[in-house]
Amino acid sequence: MLMILIYDIVCSVNDFLRTPLDPPRPVAPSPWPRSAAWRRHGTALTLSTSILLVILVSASTGPLSTSLPETAKIIAGHLVPGMAWMNDGSISVSQDQAVWNFRLPRTLLAGIAGASLALAGALLQTNVRNPLAEPYILGVSAGAGVGAVLAIVAGSTAVAGLGLNAAAFVGAAGATALVYLLARQGGIIAPSRLILAGVALGSLLAAITNFLTITTEAQNVYSVLFFLLGSVSAASYPQLILPGLALAGVGLYAMLRSRALNAMLAGDEAAIALGVNVTAMRRTLLLATALLTATTVAVCGGIGFVGLVVPHAVRMIVGSDHRRMLPLVILGGGLFLMLTDLLARTIAQPAEIPLGILTAAVGAPFFLWLMRTSGARAAGVEQ
Amino acid sequence: MNVSFEKVSVEIGGHRIVNNVSLTVPSGSVLGLLGPNGCGKSTLLRTLYRAQKPSSGTVLVNGTDVRSLDGREVARRIAVMAQESTQEFPITVREMAMLGRVPHQRGFGADSAADHELIDTALREVGATHLAARYFAGLSGGEKQRVLLARTLTQQTPVLVLDEPTNHLDVAFQLELMSLATSRGITVLTALHDMNLAGEYCDQVALMRAGELQAIGRPHEVLDEDAIRAGFGVDSRRLEHPLTGRPLIAVARITPLPAPAAQQQPINHETEIVKENA
Repeated sequence: MLMILIYDIVCSVNDFLRTPLDPPRPVAPSPWPRSAAWRRHGTALTLSTSILLVILVSASTGPLSTSLPETAKIIAGHLVPGMAWMNDGSISVSQDQAVWNFRLPRTLLAGIAGASLALAGALLQTNVRNPLAEPYILGVSAGAGVGAVLAIVAGSTAVAGLGLNAAAFVGAAGATALVYLLARQGGIIAPSRLILAGVALGSLLAAITNFLTITTEAQNVYSVLFFLLGSVSAASYPQLILPGLALAGVGLYAMLRSRALNAMLAGDEAAIALGVNVTAMRRTLLLATALLTATTVAVCGGIGFVGLVVPHAVRMIVGSDHRRMLPLVILGGGLFLMLTDLLARTIAQPAEIPLGILTAAVGAPFFLWLMRTSGARAAGVEQ
Repeated sequence: MNVSFEKVSVEIGGHRIVNNVSLTVPSGSVLGLLGPNGCGKSTLLRTLYRAQKPSSGTVLVNGTDVRSLDGREVARRIAVMAQESTQEFPITVREMAMLGRVPHQRGFGADSAADHELIDTALREVGATHLAARYFAGLSGGEKQRVLLARTLTQQTPVLVLDEPTNHLDVAFQLELMSLATSRGITVLTALHDMNLAGEYCDQVALMRAGELQAIGRPHEVLDEDAIRAGFGVDSRRLEHPLTGRPLIAVARITPLPAPAAQQQPINHETEIVKENA
């Protein structure tokens, strides 16, 4: 809720500021018959509406039957005090619990995680100016994996009483710091060094994770795998706070720096000539990306693919201008992971499928289809 | 807005790329930097727009040290058309030209009607209006240069830096670009390879070699036969252009290059080893 509220506000402010000024531009014949503004507003509106709808559907879906109106009543009853239906017995306690304490937090967590990973991916791709970059190249998920596996394998005794999520966060933060230090040379972070350091350290950490997994008792292996592949099934409201704050903070920062991000797309030299302090910007963006990813991965595990694909899909639709792209990346990432979570807990009921499997299984074909369309070709995906 | 370099030196990795260069470009005049590849032209220009920190000396814009200004302030005074252009992400020609407005805008709001008008004018001036909706990555080399020039025009600065702007351009657009850039009454610093373009469009020419300033002055005073011989290792004659009557520098290599070291017979190392063992 928090996330949607914040980004709807930002989006509408953004649109409001731009709307009266857009129409007069006489652009040469565009491949899209309708104006770019319409396209952008339409997409943002569709995504926002879809998100609200998916939250409702997701909160009403589960083994315990709750109809859509009942679900809406329960959510409204919790948000607005003094609603009559909360106490007149029309809604059972277990229905209330299922919707408000189980389904809603996990749906929101999925939304926040999806938005965070997509935003982190978009920022990182611009930052290292590499379309193949994704949040996990910073070694974040590999670090989180080691932390989580240590917590699972050794139990809380060995990891100074840290819980699974805390251990994962420490692992993620430690790995990122290490990648950062390795990539730095003379105070400057070269994108290529960053990618190489992240990939190399990621492999090392993955090896440690795999070793710990293969040597632990069989009963632990399932929990380890479940964490590594990503899940929001154990979500609770307190878990939303840190990722939510990180998303709101970084989202706001990124949008305020949209123009500088645009300039960075043109290359370091051009960005400097356009007044961007590239070195400082790159460092800040890196920390922001690491923060987003670490807070998310610590709670949800390694959900792959979202951070790579959502930014590209959005670029294919509205282009590379960050002022248009970032709001849609956030909304699109959130929606995508909410839908995936809904799918993950319904297609194999009562079992749950880890999110990471579904994001790839559903996302890859969709992305490949999008890539083959003419819009994508025009956008320079195939060269 | 005048530009002056005062005893500027640049060292990169222990190599002195620029050595103690001092020169002044008066407001509204055009300076051409000439010299062989790797002589430090680009590096000297990079110290002006803060992409390279001088190891000693200062670069002044209107009397203010550029290192004392922040990036945005420098970008409002100096526009740059550099050689590199990256294209990993889909970015349209219009968006590329709009980047010139970045130093003038704040926040994440809209591009104003005035911004859009500037873009339209700039694209028209460089003859790229028909490219506006195209993707930058898909343009030819010459078209890219047009768009990058449009970006510097929308930046609306009193100083313009061009780093070998005529690369990849056909002769007609070379002349067009140079007159577009130099006819606006702004201060222009440009690295060039074509001595005749420099003679045609520059008020001053600076000849560099191995990081040092060899000579500076009016083009045809600096570019005499001895200086060209010393700077580039080629022979030249001053002619009169049959159409315009202006001086024209014709280059050729008639003096043979220093003879290469005596050529050795190719050695088959295996036979050497066989001999040694025997």
